[in-house]
Amino acid sequence: MDKVTVHAGRALPLRRSNVDTDQIIPAEYLKRVTRTGFEDGLFAAWRKDPSFVLNQPEYDGASVLVAGPDFGTGSSREHAVWALMDHGFRVVISARFADIFRGNSGKAGLLTACVEPDVVERLWQLVEADPATEVVVDLEQREVRAGDLVASFEIDGYTRWRLLEGLDDIGITLSHDDQISEYEATRPSWKPVAGPA
Amino acid sequence: MGRTLAEKVWDEHVVRHADGEPDLLYIDLHLVHEVTSPQAFEGLRLAGRTVRRPDLTLATEDHNVPTLDVDKPIADPVSRTQVETLRRNCDEFGVRLHSLGDVEQGIVHVVGPQLGLTQPGTTVVCGDSHTSTHGAFGALAFGIGTSEVEHVLATQTLPQARPKTMAVTVDGTLPDGVTAKDLVLTLIATVGTGGGQGYVVEYRGEAIRALSMEARMTICNMSIEWGAKAGLIAPDETTLAYLEGRTRAPKGDEWDAAVTYWRGLVTDDDAEFDREVVLDASAMTPFVTWGTNPGQGVPLGGSVPDPADFAEESDRVAAEKALVYMGLEAGTPMREIEVDTVFVGSCTNGRIEDLRAAAEIVRGRTVADGTRMLVVPGSARVRLHAEDEGLDIVFKDAGAEWRGAGCSMCLGMNPDQLTPGERSASTSNRNFEGRQGKGGRTHLVSPLVAAATAITGRLASPADLPARD
Repeated sequence: MDKVTVHAGRALPLRRSNVDTDQIIPAEYLKRVTRTGFEDGLFAAWRKDPSFVLNQPEYDGASVLVAGPDFGTGSSREHAVWALMDHGFRVVISARFADIFRGNSGKAGLLTACVEPDVVERLWQLVEADPATEVVVDLEQREVRAGDLVASFEIDGYTRWRLLEGLDDIGITLSHDDQISEYEATRPSWKPVAGPA
Repeated sequence: MGRTLAEKVWDEHVVRHADGEPDLLYIDLHLVHEVTSPQAFEGLRLAGRTVRRPDLTLATEDHNVPTLDVDKPIADPVSRTQVETLRRNCDEFGVRLHSLGDVEQGIVHVVGPQLGLTQPGTTVVCGDSHTSTHGAFGALAFGIGTSEVEHVLATQTLPQARPKTMAVTVDGTLPDGVTAKDLVLTLIATVGTGGGQGYVVEYRGEAIRALSMEARMTICNMSIEWGAKAGLIAPDETTLAYLEGRTRAPKGDEWDAAVTYWRGLVTDDDAEFDREVVLDASAMTPFVTWGTNPGQGVPLGGSVPDPADFAEESDRVAAEKALVYMGLEAGTPMREIEVDTVFVGSCTNGRIEDLRAAAEIVRGRTVADGTRMLVVPGSARVRLHAEDEGLDIVFKDAGAEWRGAGCSMCLGMNPDQLTPGERSASTSNRNFEGRQGKGGRTHLVSPLVAAATAITGRLASPADLPARD
């Protein structure tokens, strides 16, 4: 996983709440067995509408998505994160994220910055007034900066550390292999077993 | 201070605790399906890793599988590739797989409980958000993404931040004709789709205790629809009666030892929840959704709301967009909404009890002209069970379609989809835009409302139906 420290880029204002992962990428795109190449599925239904914000040329190349509250609800599909990243997004800013989406983002290297609702509104206004506005998301300082706006964001300390270091979760866990084995030795014999392959 | 049920199950599975880090939790049961696993197995392969505990891992084919011609190769080549990839991965890594055609095949959240694998006090994960279903047994069960699937395959553990706890206490008794589905839809409309975010929820109270295991699974299944990390219900005699004798439930002395442990899995009297919600079951009625998220619902006796009546700007905008998408006018009585397709099935309401309830309503009646009714059992076992009871005949006599097992029209990854503008009454869990097919319009309902709607062609409850001839 690439390290994430400070990201600066233009932003896409998505004025919608409750953006579920079925909207981020519909189920028909989930049949692939690869981990990349999902950009064509990103917001596939909404993109058919020429007035949808992602279709506006002034936002071409935006890498920071600024969305309404409860972003990423519903299905656990990590394909939603992959589709956003494949399209070029590196950060999503929202006032509230669904748990599974946020967890998936942390694993895949997409930064989710949780801010106060008024910060989202001010970012929308700034970016809509000037789509070229540079939005800086500073993971070191846990800070979003754009125009005269400086606001802190929330992210749990462990995910922040992993993103800053670009660490692979499985590698960290496997370094505790002896503790996993110790735990396994204490499991009661009546615990469920799926059976032989 | 005492502990809540969720805290007890959590504490029992901590492999490693360090301040400032998430706990490393041991996973008792990892369920796998074809959609969210291929990239995880590929990750293992690339890193030269193995599945640590194939004996605690079970795979089934459910999301993509057709419900017609199930004895033939899957017609959609992309779906077929995904299912064949699962077969190859399970073979290579030694994971037990219930394939299409196997009597244990079905929706992953129906299969685990019916095998007796889902047990009280266990941790259960799956790359599927409706893993919360298994909480009905007092298990700590939650959905994960593909990176986490890979993590569990490799280590049988997951790093997890300790969530907050919430109690949802449902007092009173559900009136006749009001089901667990109505209860959970009422709850979500009350607390909102983000109301449970960051919490593990324990459902308790008189109305919950009175529910069957199937009904408890319906409630826990939809925990994710209001944002909860997991939802669980303390095991009791109903739980034990359901589990005893099932294929993978403990036997003999092992059963006795397990039961002794399970009986301690209750929230202590002096435990404190971070938040409590109290509902009165006796005031509930059949409940249906009008919008494009599960929180946008009203009693069946109500009307499509006016967006202008919402206090919050974001709710108002969301309601306006939802009405446009759903093709509905504010003020329309819900009972006047005509429905093209009725879907009975899914991990929410695809169990034997759900099929019995729907069959009882359509028995001796006929599905309305211009309406189709699709009945999709949650698993091959449920299908056989229903056929033993003659339910397939009841449905077919009424003009409904009787299908093979799978996720089917709940998410439309197989050919069972709505066409643009088509309107459904569905016993599934999500009414998101396009969820059941591009441009499809979904109303979430209980099996009873689904069956009555199939007969009248409009949203209806069994009480609306004329007496049989």
